[in-house]
Amino acid sequence: MKLLEVNNLKTYFKTSKGMLKAVDDVSFDLEHGEALGLVGESGCGKTTSALSIARLLPKEGRIVGGQILLDGRDVIPAPESELRRRRWTDVSIIFQGAMNALNPVMTVGKQISEAIVLHEKASEADALRKTKDLLELVEIPSDRYKHYPHEFSGGMKQRAMIAMALACDPKLIIGDEPTTALDVMIQAQILNLLERLRRELSMGMILITHDLAILGETCDKIAVMYAGKIVETGSVKDIFEDARHPYTKRLIGCFPNVKGPKAVPDGIEGFPPNLLDPPGGCAFHPRCEFARDLCQVQTPESVNVGGKHIVACHLKEARQ
Amino acid sequence: MAGNSVKAKLRKRKIKAFVRQVLANKMALFGTVVLLLFILVAIFGPLLVPFSVLEFGEVEDMLNPPGPGHILGTDDMGRDVLGYLIAGSRISLLVGALATGISMVIGTVIGIVSGYSGKVIDNVLMRITDFFLVIPWLPLMMVLAAILGTSIWNIIVVIGVTSWAGTARVVRSQTLSVRENQFVERTVSIGAGSGHIMLHHILPNVFPLVFANTILIAAAAITSETTLSFLGLGDPAHASWGMMLHYAFETGATSTGAWWYFLPPGLCVVAVVLAFTLMGYAFDEILNPKLKER
Amino acid sequence: MNKKRLVKKLLYAAITIFFVLVFNYFLFRILPGDILSMLSRSGKTTPEMVANIREMYGLDLPWYQQFFVYLENLFTGDLGTSFIYKKPVAEVIGSRILPTVILLGVAEVLAIVVGIVFGIVSAWKRGKAIDTGLLSTSLLLYSMPTFWLGMMLILIFCVNLRLFPINGMVTPGRVFADTWAYINDVVRHMILPMACMALVMIGEYAITMRSTMIDVLSEDYITTAKAKGFSNGYVLRRHAMPNAMLPMITLIAINLGLIVGGAIQIETVFSWPGLGNLMYGALVNRDYPLLQGVFLLTTVTVILANLLSDILYEVVDPRVKSMGD
Repeated sequence: MKLLEVNNLKTYFKTSKGMLKAVDDVSFDLEHGEALGLVGESGCGKTTSALSIARLLPKEGRIVGGQILLDGRDVIPAPESELRRRRWTDVSIIFQGAMNALNPVMTVGKQISEAIVLHEKASEADALRKTKDLLELVEIPSDRYKHYPHEFSGGMKQRAMIAMALACDPKLIIGDEPTTALDVMIQAQILNLLERLRRELSMGMILITHDLAILGETCDKIAVMYAGKIVETGSVKDIFEDARHPYTKRLIGCFPNVKGPKAVPDGIEGFPPNLLDPPGGCAFHPRCEFARDLCQVQTPESVNVGGKHIVACHLKEARQ
Repeated sequence: MAGNSVKAKLRKRKIKAFVRQVLANKMALFGTVVLLLFILVAIFGPLLVPFSVLEFGEVEDMLNPPGPGHILGTDDMGRDVLGYLIAGSRISLLVGALATGISMVIGTVIGIVSGYSGKVIDNVLMRITDFFLVIPWLPLMMVLAAILGTSIWNIIVVIGVTSWAGTARVVRSQTLSVRENQFVERTVSIGAGSGHIMLHHILPNVFPLVFANTILIAAAAITSETTLSFLGLGDPAHASWGMMLHYAFETGATSTGAWWYFLPPGLCVVAVVLAFTLMGYAFDEILNPKLKER
Repeated sequence: MNKKRLVKKLLYAAITIFFVLVFNYFLFRILPGDILSMLSRSGKTTPEMVANIREMYGLDLPWYQQFFVYLENLFTGDLGTSFIYKKPVAEVIGSRILPTVILLGVAEVLAIVVGIVFGIVSAWKRGKAIDTGLLSTSLLLYSMPTFWLGMMLILIFCVNLRLFPINGMVTPGRVFADTWAYINDVVRHMILPMACMALVMIGEYAITMRSTMIDVLSEDYITTAKAKGFSNGYVLRRHAMPNAMLPMITLIAINLGLIVGGAIQIETVFSWPGLGNLMYGALVNRDYPLLQGVFLLTTVTVILANLLSDILYEVVDPRVKSMGD
């Protein structure tokens, strides 16, 4: 049984200007211990997908269709009480920008151990012991459990958040841009840490980012999102060496390759689509250099092009 | 200079946008409408009301509940309450406006000078401002009014001179951020004097915030005048709503249940203060980028 | 907390208090005309009193010496003699402190509790009917002159419904069987003025708590707490509230100045025998020594209370606490 199966997920937001289709028919899956990279521009629906899986959508958001199977059980119809029990023990999240995700008036140690006390019915003393172990695991001196978040550096805060996310030995950990706000050196540090921990604890991981480059080291497979839909899925090798979808190709082209020829990377012309009123047919067609008439009217279906490699594009070359 | 016409056009557009936002905001709209109503009544009211405020009635006319000839009844001197109310609106609004004007001027000047000058001047001015902020307002006003006397001008000055501290603080912090603006630095480098900079560059940028703040000060000024008059520090020659309430209380209207005497003036004060408050909050929301509703 | 910052705060408070003393001193002097002759003419004083005042304030001494006489008197607790009561001001004030403290204390506690609850409910149910209702009520209360609210309460509850006595603290002339009967009587007299005071404060506390809470509830650490599987109640109590209470501490301190103003009005309207009423009486009768004495007392109290809450805030907020170390 797969760890996670997302089937035709649709999450819409009710806004004063209309219905915003943040996630529009998205499907992907994850085995136990596997790492998936979810990549795309800002606003393409990656974070909303993650929040949908954890069932933490804000008031205006509603899951209007599809299934989310966690260990075979659909979490969408689950009642709030059951969700609360499964939170943090099944799925935990590391939010973007740990600066605000830690409560400034509570000690870091307390924020980690409160989850342990809640879910494992542990005593304060036992929880503290585990907290200290977790801090050591992320290379923070364990006696800093009694310090407050503002006494930690940026990188330390992020590592503390990782420790916190691991507190109840989750099966799946979702990292929403966990390294975006950090400088490159610390970024590498954090990613290595995550990768190591994932393998040691055989956790599933979904890594959300707009930075394709970091996924190569840490993930097994990658899903590319655009305008609320998945345009391409495949193993890391598939995506980096055999990208089919024009958007994916441009994404890879955007990032300079240290080893390759020295060339200025091309950006992608145009602006991100308006999800209140997306372009008809394939949402990428206004910015696609290969766009044809069909692309303007018909949404492409997903086609398997070999192994686990799936593409949603009308182009013949993409679908071979 | 060509630059001036561009600036003028820009300002006109900004004002238009502002007015549009105000009309769209329900709070501001309500406040503005209510206020305009009161101002109209204050200006034209006494012409509509045939009674002279100082005209006393007969003994049997005293403290009559609302009835024929007197929509709001009569007071303890037999005077028509409605006429008194309308006449009083002039005084209450006028005192509020003038006191606010004084407060705004003092507060803005001190705020800009303090924020712009920095160091010693800033420190001294801020200590003085803190002094006025921390002292409880009513005892201070009572003591000043007791000493200076209760003529209407004294009341206006007393209120104005004790309520500028909040404005000064707000203006000062805004001045500090405007001062950091590159534009100001460049102006200094071409030799412009401090006075010129404060007047022509800092003031226009600070003004929107001052405007919003002033509205809220006006609300407080009206409340202050009403309270001072109620406590017997008003000018008997110029009857405001507060004075009406003072006489109502003094002559026992509360204990005898003569509600028509003190309910209307109080309601007027509440309406005006509410109008100002709503407008002030709405303007603050519109003009202060940091406060945009989440 | 940092010793240096503590000293700085104490120093500022001391300077402000000194300013108040100077201000209070000069207040007496800027009266038009010669004070003594004015007092003798006012008919409220006897020749002995005038001579007493001259000696006590050293009015025949040069002004700087007079100031020191004034300070000296102050530090020995001598605030002068009241014109009306013909007793030391300090004594008159002392007899009136308790009623005011009781009134304000109970009202403030009530206002804080109710205001906080209203604010939290409003923030949690933002945009819904109850939020609009509470907000409108708070705004309305905030716009009312305090004394007018008192008059309205008297009208409704005393005159029309005949539930409570109109004024005073105790029913005059009544003999009480025991202490409980006495307390009962006081409480019956106290309910309306206290309710009036509380209502005036509730509006402001509720509005502030609401906006603070809205800010806090939109922070990421609240979503994180929910993501951990805690109930809404726990998240509110253990994560949201501690953060939202911090600005409230500052607000409560700032309000102390307003409470004084409110107390004066309420005590006047309800004839509650406290300091506020005393100040009003001193004002009406131009009893300057008494007026000055009460003014000094209330002002210094507010300054000290502000200082206390300033220090308290630093102790309570961990971010500020460690900044100084």
